[in-house]
Amino acid sequence: MASDALFEVRDLGVCFTTPRGRVSAVREISLEVRRGECLAVVGESGSGKSQLFLGCLGLLAAGGLVEGSARFDGQELLGPDAGPRRAALGTRLAMVFQDPMNALTPHLTIGRQLAEVVLERGLLDAATARARSLEVLRSVGMPDPEARLRQYPHELSGGQRQRAAIAMALMTRPDLLVADEPTTALDVTVQAQVIDVLRGARDRGLAVVLITHDMGVVAGIADRVAVMYAGRIVETAPARELFAAPAHPYTAALLASVPRLDTPLAARLAGIEGQPPAPGAEPDGCAFAPRCPSALETCHRSRPPLESLGARSVACHAVRLAPGAGP
Amino acid sequence: MSEVATETLLRVRNLTVRFPMPRPGLVGPRPWLTAVDAVDLEIDAGRALGLVGESGCGKSTLARAVLALVSPQAGTIEWRGQPVRRDDAAGLRRMRRELQIVFQDPVGSLDPRMSIGESVAEALEALEGPQDAVATRARVDSMLAEVGLDPALAARYPHELSGGQCQRAAIARALVGRPKLLVCDEAVSALDVSVQAQIVNLLAELRRRRGLALLFISHNLAVVRHLCDDVAVLYRGRVVERASAAAIFAGPSHPYTRALLAAVPDPDPAAHVRAAVPELRAAAAAEAVAVVGCAYQPRCPLADELCRQQVPRLEDVGAGHLTACHHAGVRPAAS
Repeated sequence: MASDALFEVRDLGVCFTTPRGRVSAVREISLEVRRGECLAVVGESGSGKSQLFLGCLGLLAAGGLVEGSARFDGQELLGPDAGPRRAALGTRLAMVFQDPMNALTPHLTIGRQLAEVVLERGLLDAATARARSLEVLRSVGMPDPEARLRQYPHELSGGQRQRAAIAMALMTRPDLLVADEPTTALDVTVQAQVIDVLRGARDRGLAVVLITHDMGVVAGIADRVAVMYAGRIVETAPARELFAAPAHPYTAALLASVPRLDTPLAARLAGIEGQPPAPGAEPDGCAFAPRCPSALETCHRSRPPLESLGARSVACHAVRLAPGAGP
Repeated sequence: MSEVATETLLRVRNLTVRFPMPRPGLVGPRPWLTAVDAVDLEIDAGRALGLVGESGCGKSTLARAVLALVSPQAGTIEWRGQPVRRDDAAGLRRMRRELQIVFQDPVGSLDPRMSIGESVAEALEALEGPQDAVATRARVDSMLAEVGLDPALAARYPHELSGGQCQRAAIARALVGRPKLLVCDEAVSALDVSVQAQIVNLLAELRRRRGLALLFISHNLAVVRHLCDDVAVLYRGRVVERASAAAIFAGPSHPYTRALLAAVPDPDPAAHVRAAVPELRAAAAAEAVAVVGCAYQPRCPLADELCRQQVPRLEDVGAGHLTACHHAGVRPAAS
């Protein structure tokens, strides 16, 4: 199945060995990303959304273990041979992180850093590298790109730094860009620009994985959405369907928590009472059940499987057992 | 709110704060950065004023000046009719009991070596002097309960709690002396949305229950809309628009306010299809250091010759809605 997937994750788990024993961060994740599509992976702090991709790319912190399969363009990244992963990482498969200052070297000019990406891999010669640098800076909407090449990271504004980091990721013309909370540290106005930049890259054929907690950002760019809670995917759906009618109670609660400009003012924002389970805790039932407004008795006892309902998949007993289930 | 003769808690007049910048060369005058530029504002008892703007617009500096943590170069700050001066220790002590602040980073604003119960007790004793241990314990517990924390958590340390719980503890610490005004400097910006909603609800509840006034600093207009009675929009240190929240959200009259509103991410994919906002496209080239005329003019789609020459004054455009724009109320032609 899913032969057209560029990136395909099957039964992926990530855990960490800690002094208190093994703590599982991500469990039984399967997902895929097709060429030219944007998949948003949404979840709150600690849901495992970042560890999932760090695991796929072999970038886990010390003590991290990954199991399962992650295939990029047919090549297994998590096999015993690290060759395919090394070949893909940073070349055909690029990442952008939340804090652009960490992605940029403070004492090198933007031009030098951009060129280095392709020079070190022997992909281009110096003259072509400069031309490519200007091209990617333009494609991310950087004002006055020629001048930027001579500047250092500290001379750029926050939004420009994030554009420079995205430009760096685009230097090798990757097929897949994994962006982990790329707009979280930015002002709303700058955030809107960065989303624009990602949307432009997606429209030119780049596959994008956007990891975020912000449903508003998701709506601006995602084609499909996977919602994570306590290390598992609880719902995946095409973005329009998900926003029009969230099926999982957690998705619905997350959407209702976002303060909006266009809804009547209520006395309270919806919010979600309570706390997610502690890291590593593995309740018998659904992890969301203790906070769930529609929890049934069975939700506390058995974990709902992720089941397909047309284009969407949902892991929820209440949805599964509802009369006339289905979108 | 019932109309009992309301007291003005905070009155800021012509407040200007400048910081010295490094000299560009060995000789020549030292350049100054004007972080807050001739700002007027006031907050009545029980009211909530939202102060919005992007990073670097001066909103945190303004809050620090109000708390007398930085000295203004010009202007006055009055707390309940009394001038606030950094060299008046007794006056500051009086004011600080009634005026408290909560910061953005909930974990970083609590002492990592103190349990949250100790942190709250410390704030209480700093304001009211040494207390009887049993009475302190009771006040701390009831304060924690009021912000939605189980008093059993009093013995926990910040690193053992979630970001939302730490922010509740920081709010408890700020409120334990029963202040009249709480300054929230991006107090919900670092939180997950579901937790953000909890904290916004908590602040709304505390307003109702305690008659607490808020100076709520945020870059997220949607949050401000849910919590505030009045809004002031700050751009490069100046108030460019000020009005009731209802008026601002129903009809923003400054082009910058409109750009901020357009940038709030809407959790509805359909909304993004029509969201090709010309004002945001213009925002890219916003880095000019010194701007002649209106500070927003380089980003503004409405800017003309007048805007490039003259700084617009903050003027009433109807029913107390103040706007500093030569083209207040003119909307760019919709595409």
